[in-house]
Amino acid sequence: MDTDLRKKYWNENLKYLSILLAIWFLVSYGFGILLVDELNTIRIGGFKLGFWFAQQGSIYVFVILIFVYVRLMNKLDKKYGFNED
Amino acid sequence: MSDVQIWTYVLVALSFGLYIGIAIWSRAASTKEFYVAGGGVSPLANGMATAADWMSAASFISMAGIISFAGYDGAVYLMGWTGGYVLLALLLAPYLRKFGKFTVPDFIGERYYSKTARVVAVFCALIVSFTYVAGQMRGVGIVFSRYLEVDINTGVVIGMVIVLFYAVLGGMKGITYTQVAQYCVLIFAFMVPAIFISIQMTGNPIPQFGFGDTLSDGSGTYLLDKLDGLSTELGFAEYTSGSKTTIDVFAITLALMVGTAGLPHVIVRFFTVKRVRDARKSAGLALLFIAILYTTAPAVAVFARTNLIETVSGKEYGNMPEWFSRWETTGLIAHEDKNGDGKIQYVAAPEVNELTVDRDIMVLANPEIADLPAWVIGLIAAGGLAAALSTAAGLLLVISSSVSHDLIKNVLNPGLSEKGELWAARISAAVAVVIAGYFGINPPGFVAAVVALAFGLAAASFFPAIILGIFYKKMNSQGAISGMVVGLCLMLFYMLKFKFGIFDGGQEAVAGLQDDWWFGISPEGFGSIAMVVNFIVAIAVNTFTDDPPEDVQEIVENIRIPSGAGDAIDH
Repeated sequence: MDTDLRKKYWNENLKYLSILLAIWFLVSYGFGILLVDELNTIRIGGFKLGFWFAQQGSIYVFVILIFVYVRLMNKLDKKYGFNED
Repeated sequence: MSDVQIWTYVLVALSFGLYIGIAIWSRAASTKEFYVAGGGVSPLANGMATAADWMSAASFISMAGIISFAGYDGAVYLMGWTGGYVLLALLLAPYLRKFGKFTVPDFIGERYYSKTARVVAVFCALIVSFTYVAGQMRGVGIVFSRYLEVDINTGVVIGMVIVLFYAVLGGMKGITYTQVAQYCVLIFAFMVPAIFISIQMTGNPIPQFGFGDTLSDGSGTYLLDKLDGLSTELGFAEYTSGSKTTIDVFAITLALMVGTAGLPHVIVRFFTVKRVRDARKSAGLALLFIAILYTTAPAVAVFARTNLIETVSGKEYGNMPEWFSRWETTGLIAHEDKNGDGKIQYVAAPEVNELTVDRDIMVLANPEIADLPAWVIGLIAAGGLAAALSTAAGLLLVISSSVSHDLIKNVLNPGLSEKGELWAARISAAVAVVIAGYFGINPPGFVAAVVALAFGLAAASFFPAIILGIFYKKMNSQGAISGMVVGLCLMLFYMLKFKFGIFDGGQEAVAGLQDDWWFGISPEGFGSIAMVVNFIVAIAVNTFTDDPPEDVQEIVENIRIPSGAGDAIDH
């Protein structure tokens, strides 16, 4: 298999990973923990925003992140001809 | 017999009948079927099975209760036990699926071309899984004893027989399809009461929105504001603010996330799907199915806590509803009239407080506290059992495959035939069930504490070794092994010192040691430090030792590319 192609594929994969993991970190450790007091001054309905991110929002974002990753990778696999089936 | 009991018997019997039926239908005929269900499970089924595997008695019975007493701090469990799936989906599952073997020690042993590495990994897998499974069997016993009024030990034995039946007969194949059924039972059992109560309290049928909504009494007050008010009035911390330090919340969340991603019984589920893309997709589906329960739990916590305070606080003891005395007999709730006024004082100050509540009651008694119909109450028992049994089965499989596949077949007796290995797997599964049952009946006092620490151990041992194995081609066996050993030992040391007080005179000394915590991090959160140490040691040792052989580096190149996973499984 073409090593150059593999390297390019891997680098694009790593780029996706770093972006997605940055968001993962931001919503949980950022919004839910480190910035929770600042965000708690903002309210959405009955929820203080920081509390909402810690107990609800971060989990929704986690689910979305994985499905975005699945889509991106399926496309990437096709682009490089590494898809199965 | 009361209505509730009849419903409980009927629902539990129906669900058990279903599991046994599935077990008979899905017997395993080969080691491949026994270890990885033949590798042909659909992403949807694998997602549900993973969710059931993952959500244990603790998630179902205890988590909402823990949150309801911890308030904001409960977020460590909510984020910690879901965020790990992002790591799993992005960093582990696709590559391990491409690698295409049966167990986690398989990966460690082959990637680090060393029997020592495999044995170290087997040791870690056994420690993590046994501590975890003992808690599950205990959970089965507790559900039986509280709802069906059988002795806890009888309950554990019934649970053992059921698990023995489908784990030994069906292996991973039997476990997978029973877990799919168990997921449906447990999520239904969790959601129905939550929806009922959400409508009752806020008029909103979706619990996730309901707990941020206004009360249905027409006052226009938000439920969370009301709970914050009630809590501070009684001297508790404000519900929506925490009392743990930020660094500890950070460390615990990280340890739980990384631990989740490093738990062998979760990782092994991704060996059961057909293609790499299926592994990615089923990780997403698994988290979606888990998120349904995990986003509802904090809502249940708020409903239950508010309901409890309103029902008992300052009220006449003699006027308590029927559920109060029913749960008093189980010891889960207790009232001691300290000032002799016949009323229940429920406040934060320990010298005035007259009510002790076990946190488990928040889920177990919640439907009764909210006055829901008998069949809804009966569902809770079936759901709790589904949660405990599905997790126990997944763990038992890891134990049995670590012994039969990694120890017996790959280290002790490589000449073993396929049929012999299948028998070895069945026998070790049976032995593991018996040992787990023994711990369920005679729980060592530290089971509950150790279950939480199983995550720290997984984070400190497996996670770095697997990540480095995939993302750092030049990582060698010396580095990985020293990282795992140092990480595991450090975690064990910290746990023994600060959780059990072994070096300072035992359990009584533990509370006094809090000020000595390293960086102010609790034993529950220390897994994240031990993980970092594992990474540092592994990379440092790696720099001073030789690169791994070419063919191993080629394996790493190969697992990074998804195509060809179908072939990988049989080589």
